[in-house]
Amino acid sequence: MIELDGLTKRYGSKTAVAELTFTVRPGIVTGFLGPNGAGKSTTMRMMLGLDRPTAGRVRIDGRRYDQLQEPLHEVGALLEAKAVHPGRTARNHLRCLAYSNGIPERRVGEVLELVGLGGVADKRPKGFSLGMGQRLGIASALLGDPRILMFDEPVNGLDPEGIHWVRTMMRHLAAEGRTVFVSSHLMSEMALTADHLIVIGQGRLLADTSMNAFIRENSRSYVLLRSPEPERLRDALAAAGHRTAPGEDGGLEVDGAEAAVLGEIAAAAGVTLHELSPRQASLEEAFMQLTHESVEYHGRSQPPDGAPPGGQGPGWGRGGDGDGAGARGGEG
Amino acid sequence: MARNGRVLHSEWTKIRSVRSTVWTLAAALVVTVGLGVLICLLVRNTYDDLSPTDRATFDATMTSFAGMTLGQLAMIAFGILVISNEYSTGMIRASLAAVPQRGTLMAAKVAVATLLALVVGMITAFAAYFPGQAVLGSGLASGIGDPGVLRAVVGAGLYMTLIAVFAMGVTWVLRSPMLAFGILIPFFFMISGILSAVSATRKLSYWLPDQAGSMIMSVVAPSQERPYGPWGGMAVMAAWVVAALLAGYLTLRRRDA
Repeated sequence: MIELDGLTKRYGSKTAVAELTFTVRPGIVTGFLGPNGAGKSTTMRMMLGLDRPTAGRVRIDGRRYDQLQEPLHEVGALLEAKAVHPGRTARNHLRCLAYSNGIPERRVGEVLELVGLGGVADKRPKGFSLGMGQRLGIASALLGDPRILMFDEPVNGLDPEGIHWVRTMMRHLAAEGRTVFVSSHLMSEMALTADHLIVIGQGRLLADTSMNAFIRENSRSYVLLRSPEPERLRDALAAAGHRTAPGEDGGLEVDGAEAAVLGEIAAAAGVTLHELSPRQASLEEAFMQLTHESVEYHGRSQPPDGAPPGGQGPGWGRGGDGDGAGARGGEG
Repeated sequence: MARNGRVLHSEWTKIRSVRSTVWTLAAALVVTVGLGVLICLLVRNTYDDLSPTDRATFDATMTSFAGMTLGQLAMIAFGILVISNEYSTGMIRASLAAVPQRGTLMAAKVAVATLLALVVGMITAFAAYFPGQAVLGSGLASGIGDPGVLRAVVGAGLYMTLIAVFAMGVTWVLRSPMLAFGILIPFFFMISGILSAVSATRKLSYWLPDQAGSMIMSVVAPSQERPYGPWGGMAVMAAWVVAALLAGYLTLRRRDA
């Protein structure tokens, strides 16, 4: 379990992270989402005691990171893939980390095999692809078999097979009861891996909600219909009590109805259909909307110090068209 | 205690698993010995042309260490790279995540690198002394048993070690290899030499780490008015090293990694 309490980081007058308060729980994958520059990496560095918070605190199972005697047994972290000396072989890199925490030599070979780098264990990372570097970083996170894992943009540079492997691994680690905290700037990636979602923008907490709730609140499902006779189709649907909205490429969109029902209405009216497809608004859009609002909000006025995280202040949610419900899930 | 041993083991693995360690230390040895022998050869062949005063103050022992002017730069490079490697590669974050007790990490890294520099420094000092004297020949050469000579040779090894540790301390502060090279190399290669060559600043230059520390290598007392003896000079240099390490430690403690 990782607990953040009012975590704040300022660089001079610029606030990178503002009063973040949330808890990362064991047994699930918690996604840490925000656009580039939102403060995700800064937050993760503070969690590892690398950067000193301006205010607030982080507790790892109740303790400060630097109170952990041999932290690799408790927390494994993938920071940026390049935290590796390009001239030191993969095996020696892991040995350096392992020895410092009393991790046996055998484990180095194990994690190298686990991440699929067994064949290049004695090669210098100088020649590694981005994906191989990422795998080496993941190997170092797994080295101490820790209960808590943190991954900063783990799928960066991985090929589709590698992405699938990382997703499966994270789900597996969470299923074993571990705490898995993973950052990404891609909503689509999170939707596939995370059970719980923490969204930040401009260093502020925007949402702390379960993935299901986020999807429920932020995704609109509708049916897209396309016909060579759109007017007749619209009239037939209206007669059956379905409101239509113009969709992409001259199609019609109908909210809150079953595709099958709509197809039957069209058939009964003798209207030819070229397309009848159930659709979901992308979570990516919902996420963009959410973070975009935070950018706009902060662009207009700086909130007074001590404003509650999650942006409950005046102006929050303005411009949202009712789909920004996830933003109000930020009380956690 | 077991913890410290583990961190030392880790640092030892780090230092011996990169090539820069080998080539900087090898360069320090080869350049110091090679250049020293060459200069001894040159001195022997031109000794008869020297003025009587120069002959009176001729220091055979110190002449074998003449290559150190250049060789010390490789030692400085070793000191810079052993620290800056962590920062230029981002490895420091992995290192501190593994050993969040920053003082422990720094102490282990400096201890391992210092020990290695000491071993290479001592080998270099003895390897420069004997061939140098052999080249100078029986008329000019000193013997290892002569008064002050063993002190000078051991002192030369210490000097090379301390100059590397000084570079380590400074690099903990500067972090960037470019910055560290850009400041330390001109400092020792030019500024120190210029200050000691100009009479107005000569007295000031006595207190620079390399000027003070190199006194340990002279056997024939220099005519100048140095306010300290060989070990006093070494103490001045050691004070610089301690100050650099302290500044490095404070930087490491306070700044974000």
